[in-house]
Amino acid sequence: MSTYAAAKVVAAREIRVKLRDKTFIYSTVFTMLIFLAATVLPVVFGGGQDSVAVADRATAATLQQAGLDVTVVADDAAAEKLVRDGTVDAAVLSGRQVVAMEEAPDDVVRALSSAPEVRLLAPDATDPTLAFLVPFALAFVFFFTSLMFGLQIAQSVTEEKQTRIVEILVASVPTRALLAGKVAALGLLAFIQVALIAIVTLVGARLAGMESGVLHALQPAIGWFLPFFLIGFVMLATLWAGVGALAARMEDLGGVSQPVQMAVMLPFFAVIFLNENDVAMRILSYVPFSAPIAMPARLFTGDAAVWEPFVALALVAATAVALLAVGARVYERTLLRTNGKTSWATALRAKASV
Amino acid sequence: MTTVLKVDGVSRSFDGRQVLKDVSFAVSGGRMTGFVGANGAGKTTTMRIILGVLAADSGDVTLAGEPLTRAIRQRFGYMPEERGLYPKMTIAEQVVYLGQLHGLSRATATERTTRLLDRLGLGERAGEKLEKLSLGNQQRAQVAAALVHDPEVLVLDEPFSGLDPLAVEVMVGVLRERAAAGVPVLFSSHQLELVERLCDDLVIIADGTIRAAGDGASLRAGYAEPRFQLLVDTDAGWLRDQRGVTLIDLDGPRAVFDLDAGVDDQEVLRAALARGPVRSFGPVTPSLAEIFREVVA
Repeated sequence: MSTYAAAKVVAAREIRVKLRDKTFIYSTVFTMLIFLAATVLPVVFGGGQDSVAVADRATAATLQQAGLDVTVVADDAAAEKLVRDGTVDAAVLSGRQVVAMEEAPDDVVRALSSAPEVRLLAPDATDPTLAFLVPFALAFVFFFTSLMFGLQIAQSVTEEKQTRIVEILVASVPTRALLAGKVAALGLLAFIQVALIAIVTLVGARLAGMESGVLHALQPAIGWFLPFFLIGFVMLATLWAGVGALAARMEDLGGVSQPVQMAVMLPFFAVIFLNENDVAMRILSYVPFSAPIAMPARLFTGDAAVWEPFVALALVAATAVALLAVGARVYERTLLRTNGKTSWATALRAKASV
Repeated sequence: MTTVLKVDGVSRSFDGRQVLKDVSFAVSGGRMTGFVGANGAGKTTTMRIILGVLAADSGDVTLAGEPLTRAIRQRFGYMPEERGLYPKMTIAEQVVYLGQLHGLSRATATERTTRLLDRLGLGERAGEKLEKLSLGNQQRAQVAAALVHDPEVLVLDEPFSGLDPLAVEVMVGVLRERAAAGVPVLFSSHQLELVERLCDDLVIIADGTIRAAGDGASLRAGYAEPRFQLLVDTDAGWLRDQRGVTLIDLDGPRAVFDLDAGVDDQEVLRAALARGPVRSFGPVTPSLAEIFREVVA
């Protein structure tokens, strides 16, 4: 049997085990619901355009032009009654008096007042709230998914080591097949989860009627995030497997996985805290560990040129190739050391046992 | 033609400590070969090298004259000393999985798993998670894992440890059946009586060197002193004065003695008959435990 065929059998088992794991299914569904809620609810509760009742035709025309939902009534009394009913948000009475229940109807007021013309010399393309939220969401998804699935690779390796089944496995198939199968299976599951989140977010945003301008900016960001996520995950995946092999027992995992956890955590915090600093974000979008978050974020805010994501993705891919080799080396050399945990340094120096 | 698994001049060190020194022996197809040695003598290391889980520093292992490759080893059945299966997978599932890793299609692996688990008395537990099983049944599952792909060579490290007497018999039956099918079977064990009962061939290892190897009967003959046991009706103390006899043990009418070279055992028998009835007389073959003690010492 070829290494490829063996890796497929290994991957199939990993996927089957995960899909039967209730915790895994629940957490996936839960994450998707959170993202759906996060996109749909603000738009729904933000409550579209104000509705307004008015008796005067001229005023009605002005309000209609401003895109408000206008109901023309016979007189002021009727207009006020509609406000009290709750049928409309506000009424404009004669003498340009605006009536509302609890909140001043900003849209109506704006439509009726003549504001001075504002000309921005360097307009910010995106809403500042979204400019923070989108990078945060990207960073969060990457951080959370990468850490969760990475740890699962490590746990799956440690489980085989701790239960000693690894010796039977290594006697049957090449270690590379075991490693490749695990990375492929959990990489695929992680990617599917992220893709589902992306789809749910985009579909949710569209259904909820998000402004088309935001959607336009969101699509390339999410579109790029997917390949960045995939390669960024694979970049760390064999290191996670290496971590799993270094630990002799599940209890050791926390300690030995520290360096890899940092490689996921630091970029997350860097992007969160530095996302308003253009220079920092530009650098972060090229550093392989933070690029999967920072580059899509810059694409969203429109800061990045068309060619930039390609270069960053190539850098991530190159790093992935290098780290795959390191992780595979650590994995292969420590897999059969079952007497206590092994340090990174020992693992890299160790002579191949197989 | 019988398939022979040959270990040839294998050495291995760990951190400068040599644990195997020029180890050579053969395991013939159709024969059960017992691998005996004290703890730390090098049995497990040797078996791991045969399976390719560990590399030899020098020397090699061949099957029918061919150096072992991954493809050849994939048809081996292996039971490591440290047992282990997935605790959270059902028995049937993991045996099928291991069958697949040995190159079986999923359908074939499933079919064989069902048959094998029935045979091992685990048929009804097939759908249960391993961790729910008693230790003895977990061991049986381990046996199934080693046999699911109808291996062409069996290498079993302490296959009987932790098995209840019933499971030992099932295991013995399965091993004999595999051997009868022409498969070389190598197994290690601390239970010398069991090895004695089962084995056609023996390999004795101590401190990383092979001290004795070959077929059990000739080994026994080779290590046997010309020792005899005599049972008469009256006291056998007269043997003390019999020519060429060295008394080893005397207990009233029962005596164990060695004969000097060139002395005819029949002469002693005649002398005994002259003194009265003889209830039994015959050579004493050393037990494996005795040979082991002598070889290792």
